[in-house]
Amino acid sequence: MTPVISLQQVTKVYGSGEATVHALRGVDLVVERGDYLAIMGASGSGKSTLMNIIGALDGATAGHYELDGINIDSLDESGLSIVRNRKIGFIFQSFNLIPRTTAQSNVELPLLYRGVGRKERAARATAALESVGLANRGHHEPNELSGGQQQRVAVARALVAEPSLLLADEPTGNLDSQSTKDVLDLMDVMHQQGRTIVMITHEDDVANRADRVITLIDGLVSADRWNRPRGQRSRTVTA
Amino acid sequence: MNLVETIRIGLRGVTANRLRSGLTVLGILIGVAAVIVLVAVGNGSSLAVTQSIEKLGTNTLTIRHGSFGPPGSGGQTQFKDLTVADATALMDATVAPDVKSASPVVSSGTTCTFEGTSYDTSVTGTWPSYFEASNNTIASGDYFVNDDVVNSRRTVVLGQTVVDELFGTVDPVGSEIICAGTPFTVTGVLETKGSSGFSDSDDVIIAPLTTVQSHLTGYGSLDSILVQTASADVQEAAQSEVYAILDDRHDTTDTSSRDYQVLNQASLISTVEDTSQVFTVLLGAVAAISLLVGGIGITNIMLVTVTERTREIGIRKAIGASKSAIMGQFLVEATVLSIIGGVLGVLTAILVTRFQIAGTTPVILPISVIGAFGVSVALGLFFGSYPANRAASLRPIEALRHE
Ligand SMILES: Nc1ncnc2c1ncn2[C@@H]1O[C@H](COP(=O)(O)OP(=O)(O)O)[C@@H](O)[C@H]1O
Ligand SMILES: [Mg+2]
Repeated sequence: MTPVISLQQVTKVYGSGEATVHALRGVDLVVERGDYLAIMGASGSGKSTLMNIIGALDGATAGHYELDGINIDSLDESGLSIVRNRKIGFIFQSFNLIPRTTAQSNVELPLLYRGVGRKERAARATAALESVGLANRGHHEPNELSGGQQQRVAVARALVAEPSLLLADEPTGNLDSQSTKDVLDLMDVMHQQGRTIVMITHEDDVANRADRVITLIDGLVSADRWNRPRGQRSRTVTA
Repeated sequence: MNLVETIRIGLRGVTANRLRSGLTVLGILIGVAAVIVLVAVGNGSSLAVTQSIEKLGTNTLTIRHGSFGPPGSGGQTQFKDLTVADATALMDATVAPDVKSASPVVSSGTTCTFEGTSYDTSVTGTWPSYFEASNNTIASGDYFVNDDVVNSRRTVVLGQTVVDELFGTVDPVGSEIICAGTPFTVTGVLETKGSSGFSDSDDVIIAPLTTVQSHLTGYGSLDSILVQTASADVQEAAQSEVYAILDDRHDTTDTSSRDYQVLNQASLISTVEDTSQVFTVLLGAVAAISLLVGGIGITNIMLVTVTERTREIGIRKAIGASKSAIMGQFLVEATVLSIIGGVLGVLTAILVTRFQIAGTTPVILPISVIGAFGVSVALGLFFGSYPANRAASLRPIEALRHE
C-alpha cells in the first residue's frame, strides 16, 4: 500500500549569504495510513518547517516528497491548492480561524472551496461541530469563544472535508490543561477512526498519546521510536 | 466554487468594516453624481436656450437693415433703406413660393405710463401677420387687424411683463396707456412665453406699423422684416428667394457686402447647440476626474484591506482556496463597493436634479447615467484587480506568518 507521506532527503534552506539557515538537512520519513506520529525537538530544530512542507504550504529546497502517491514537487499552484483542500487538514497552534466569521462558516470553508453544495455543507459542518462538542456554538464568532473552543472549531474544520492526513503544529501550545485534554481526546478518537495524524509537540505526555515519536535535532531526524506497535492502541481503546 | 458563493464571501468583506466601506462608497457616489448632475446642468441650459430661440418661431428668417460685410471691403457705396415695399415684394407667391408672410418691423424705446405708474420698454410697430410669425398668441382681448394699420389706429397689444409692471392685477383690456405722450388703447394681452435667461420675451408692446411710425419712429428705414416660411423644411429655399428678391431691389453688386442681412433661426439654434455641447463636455470632464479619484480610493482601500487581511488570505489558502477564489473574493468586494456607490450616485443625482441649479433646470441625459454607472463598475474591476491579484499571489506560508 502507498504510504501517506514519503519524504526522501528533504532539505530546506532559508535566506542566502551570511543569513543562510539550513532548517532541514536531509530528512527521510515514511508515514503509513492510520499512523499517529508525534514530532518532537527543541525550538528551532525544524519541526514547523517540516510540517509546512508536508502540508504543501511551503516547498522543499531539495529532495523528494510524495503525498498519497502524488508527487508534490511537480505540482503547480492550482494543483497544490487542490491537494491542500482534499488531502490535508491543518490545525495550528494559534487556531487561525477567520475573524468576524461564525464557527459554522469557518467549518464550512474547506467544503466551500471544494465546491460542495450549500445544504450538504451546512449538514456536514453541523455534524463536525457536534463531533467536537460544539453543537450549539455554530453561530458564534471566534472572538466569542474560548481558546479551547476555538481550537475545537479548528479541529472540526480540519476534519470536515475528511482529508487523508491531519496535521497539527503544537495544537495544545496555547491551551490550558482541560482544553489540552479535550483536544487530545479528539485526536485519539480520530486516530481510532483510522485517520493518519502528524502532530508537533514538545511535551512528553502529549507525545505519549501518539504511536510513534520522531525527534529532530538541527534539521535531522535523530530518533524514531514506537510507543506501541502500529495500530495496537486503536484496537485496545474503545471509544 | 461558484459565483454566488464568491459574491457571498465578498459581501461579507464589505460589511466587515462598515465605516471604511462607507467612505469608499461615498467617493464613488460623489463622482457618479457629479458627472450626471453637471452633464444635466449643461444639457438643461442648452435646452433652455434652444427653447427660448424656438419660442421666437422656428420657421422664420429675420432680415436686418445695415451692412455686415467684412470691414474695409468697400462694399456698396449706396445704402438703401429696408422698406415696406421690400416686405410686400417678398410676398410675391410666384417669385417667393416658400415665403408665407413678411412683416415689416420698427421699434422704439419709450416710457409708457398708466395712471401714474411708468415703465421703460420698447414699442414694436408691425403688421398683424407678425403675431403668427413670432409665435405670439393672445391670452385675452384681441389682436389688432389690417384695418388698424391702414387707419393708423392707436391700439396696442401688451406682453405679460408690461401688464404686471403697469397694471398689476387690473385687467388692462380697454384701458388707455400713454407712450411718448401719445395715448394708446390696449386691445389685447399676449400669452406669456417666459424668460429665456438673457431676454424677457414678455416685455413687449406691439402696435400697428403706421401708428408707431407716425408717433414714435418716423418714416425712415425699417429695423427688420420678419419672414415666416411655409415650413421649417423650406428655410434654405426661402432664404435664397429672399436674397434673390432683395439683391435685385437693392442693386447688390457684391453678395459678400449686402446692405442687409438674413438671420436664419435654424442655423442660430445649431450654433447655440454646438457651443453648449462644448460646455457640457467640459463640465462632464471635470466631473469624470472626480470619478477617477473615487476609483483610486477603491485601490487604496483594497490595498489596505489586503495588507490587513494577509493572515486571513493565508488561512484560506492553507484550507485550499485557489488563486481564482481569492482573486474573486477581493474583486467582488471592490466591485460591490463601486456598484453601491454607483447606484447611490445615480439616486443622488436624480434627487439633486429635481432642483434648479445656477438658474437652470437640469435635464438628465440617459447616456450620462449609463456612462457614469458603467464607468464606476469598470473602475471597481480595474482598480480592484491590482490589490486582488496581489492577495491571490501571496504564498500561503508567508501570508500565514504575517502578523
Ligand atoms: N521564514 C524563515 N526565514 C528564515 N529562517 C527561518 C524561517 N522560518 C524558520 N526559519 C529558521 O529555520 C529554523 C527552523 O525553524 P522552525 O521550523 O520554525 O523550528 P521549530 O518549529 O522546530 O521551532 C530556525 O532556525 C528558524 O530561525
Ligand atoms: Mg514551530
